[in-house]
Amino acid sequence: MSIEFRHVRKTYPDGTTAVEDFSVTIPSHSTTVFVGSSGCGKTTLLRMINRMVDPSEGEVLIDGEPVSGIEPVALRRRIGYVMQNSGLLPHRTVLDNVATVPVLTGTPKAKARQEALAQLDRVGLDRSLANRYPGQLSGGQQQRVGVARGLAADPNILLMDEPFGAVDPIVRDELQQELLRLQRELGKTTVFVTHDIDEAFLLGSQVVILQRGGIIAQIGSPAEILAHPASDFVADFVGAKRGKRRLTAEERSAGDDVLLVDAGGYPAGVISAPDGRLILAGAGPKSRSVSNKTDQAGDA
Amino acid sequence: MAWVLDHLDLVWSLTLTHVGLCVPPIVLGFVISVPLGYWASRSSAARSVLLTAGNIAYTIPGIALVVLVPVVLGLPILNPLNVVVALLLYAVAIMVRSAADAFASVAAEVRQSATAQGFAATQLFWRVELPLAGPVLLAGVRVVSVSTISLATVAALVGIPSLGSFFTDGFQRNFAVETLTGLVAVLVVAAVFDLILGGLGRLLMPWNRRRRLSSSAAKALSQPIPTTGRF
Amino acid sequence: MLFVQAIQWILDGSHWSVVNFQAGIAQELADHLWISFVAVVFTAAVALPIGLFIGHTGKGRAGAVVIANVARAVPTLGLLSVLLVMWLAFPPTVLVFVLLGVPPLLAGAYAGLESIDRQTIDAARAVGMTERQILFQVELPLAAPLILGGLRSSTLQIIASVALVSNFGINSLGDFILGGLAANDFVQMTAGAILVTVLALLVDGVLAVLQRLAAPRGVSRGRGPSTARVRRLPVAPRGAPIPEGK
Repeated sequence: MSIEFRHVRKTYPDGTTAVEDFSVTIPSHSTTVFVGSSGCGKTTLLRMINRMVDPSEGEVLIDGEPVSGIEPVALRRRIGYVMQNSGLLPHRTVLDNVATVPVLTGTPKAKARQEALAQLDRVGLDRSLANRYPGQLSGGQQQRVGVARGLAADPNILLMDEPFGAVDPIVRDELQQELLRLQRELGKTTVFVTHDIDEAFLLGSQVVILQRGGIIAQIGSPAEILAHPASDFVADFVGAKRGKRRLTAEERSAGDDVLLVDAGGYPAGVISAPDGRLILAGAGPKSRSVSNKTDQAGDA
Repeated sequence: MAWVLDHLDLVWSLTLTHVGLCVPPIVLGFVISVPLGYWASRSSAARSVLLTAGNIAYTIPGIALVVLVPVVLGLPILNPLNVVVALLLYAVAIMVRSAADAFASVAAEVRQSATAQGFAATQLFWRVELPLAGPVLLAGVRVVSVSTISLATVAALVGIPSLGSFFTDGFQRNFAVETLTGLVAVLVVAAVFDLILGGLGRLLMPWNRRRRLSSSAAKALSQPIPTTGRF
Repeated sequence: MLFVQAIQWILDGSHWSVVNFQAGIAQELADHLWISFVAVVFTAAVALPIGLFIGHTGKGRAGAVVIANVARAVPTLGLLSVLLVMWLAFPPTVLVFVLLGVPPLLAGAYAGLESIDRQTIDAARAVGMTERQILFQVELPLAAPLILGGLRSSTLQIIASVALVSNFGINSLGDFILGGLAANDFVQMTAGAILVTVLALLVDGVLAVLQRLAAPRGVSRGRGPSTARVRRLPVAPRGAPIPEGK
């Protein structure tokens, strides 16, 4: 289930252009993150995949098939969608929310509920919450229900629109780890939208940094982008320019840990160096498959 | 048209009588409702009691209220004070809810930051809460004004003169022009009152002129009001 | 003392069959309820589809706001007299009441749909609900309390207006009020006013209970147990025919 954007453009009737000429291929079974500030068109692009937005020009293709030829309602039922603030139906229980799409596609209610219970387990929610209403859950729990709903119909594609944008940092961290685990288990073609570059680097095998108007500032793996920001904009966006990403080890006598400081001299972390020798990671930051390479212009 | 031109004196004098019936309930209703609404915004018990009482009062059909008020007050049925009291009751019923919402729309952060800066309770009310509640209060008064002017026509049914007299008289004489004259006159008076209130609002709340309202105030203001003048 | 006499008057069984050689309480009450009921049914048939259409599509919202606002300024008595000078038979009279009943229900219906969090509807669309499913499975249940609030306002508006038609040659409980007034029979007048008031309060109470029952579970009245919510759900109205602001 690869997704391809082919010269996509979106102009609204009032003349504003949300996206001008965007082309990208999203490989299957991995996570691609669209990251950028508000107004860069990332959500618009995401919503073109399930036809919540139709492009003014160009095409979006799923496995080579233009989505414009697929009936929107049928298309959406095949694609998981998770949004900020969960978007759960407030008048339906957690279980019925999770079972929404299977019920829509004709699964008998009892069976859909049974399966929904399994989905709760999968996203790490206690089954005792099944009969609660969304309004009775914490923000983090609601987002988990949102993810469970997105996965309930076992879609090949999962779209996530800033799903963790409104939860506190500790819960966000938990949810991110949970998502990484799910992704390792399920291998969905996931498109994730965020404005948080750290989240993008953590979750994405492929990261697409967007500028206003859906212009691609850089596309590549987190390692590539960090090591070789394509432009000043990217360097600035990922924090390289301000020296946030260039760390130097500072001599510290305490134990085997060496303190790392950024270019501004602020402590940024520690690194293990038993007996003064740094531990080096193996093949790269993580095993990630990346198909799109970019020009590696510029240097931090 | 000729009938209207011939009876301009009558239109004018009934308009003045009508305005005389409406101004006291609108003004008094506001003065009474602001403290009650403030109380309701502070205490949920007060809120439920006051709003329930308001709902019940507003549910009483106007024709019934206009004849029940003199029975309760022991006044002659033709005393215009009956109409004023009935209209006042309706005005408070509507306005208390508006005022409660108006004070509830003042952001808690603003109140807390003002308290933190050292405003005493009374200063907080007069200098922070009341002005910030202003736009929603104004919206409430405008609703009260329009519905009071419309409701006051009921006075004619019990024989107290008002613009409603054109309706009863026109109906009895089966004369459409007269009833239409009354209708137009009521709408014109309502429009003039609304313009005056809008102008007062701009004068008293200059900060509100061009700026967007806080989201809660805007929400409270944009809520449509599914009621009509009833009696 | 007028009150006591008026209540005695109502409790006097003979007044339920005949008053002053004319229709008694039972007849007047039945007529009052019947014409109100017919008017409410027609009102719902007109206002509900239009209100739901406006609320669902957002089209024509400005028109609905204008209608609701103008309706508040138009005196019922004025509209009744103007229109009744032109027609006088039963069916057109019902039309007059429908005209009075439509604005509150129209406003309630579109306000009900509008009060729903846009994100909820957006999400329903994104998971693959059809527009019809969104309307019937999401919007209608969530908007039910406000829609019924509109129906409640409409019904009371109609019941109160019917009490005025006694002046216009149709049987209603208003006959006792205006008849009593005309004959200087203040006991009968007060009794009529009490009957009309009790009728309005009873109908209002029944509709208030319905409105409360219609509030979907899970949608909290007031505050829910969770404080972590970023956006609060639309709060069901506390059962008021006058949701000014809220």
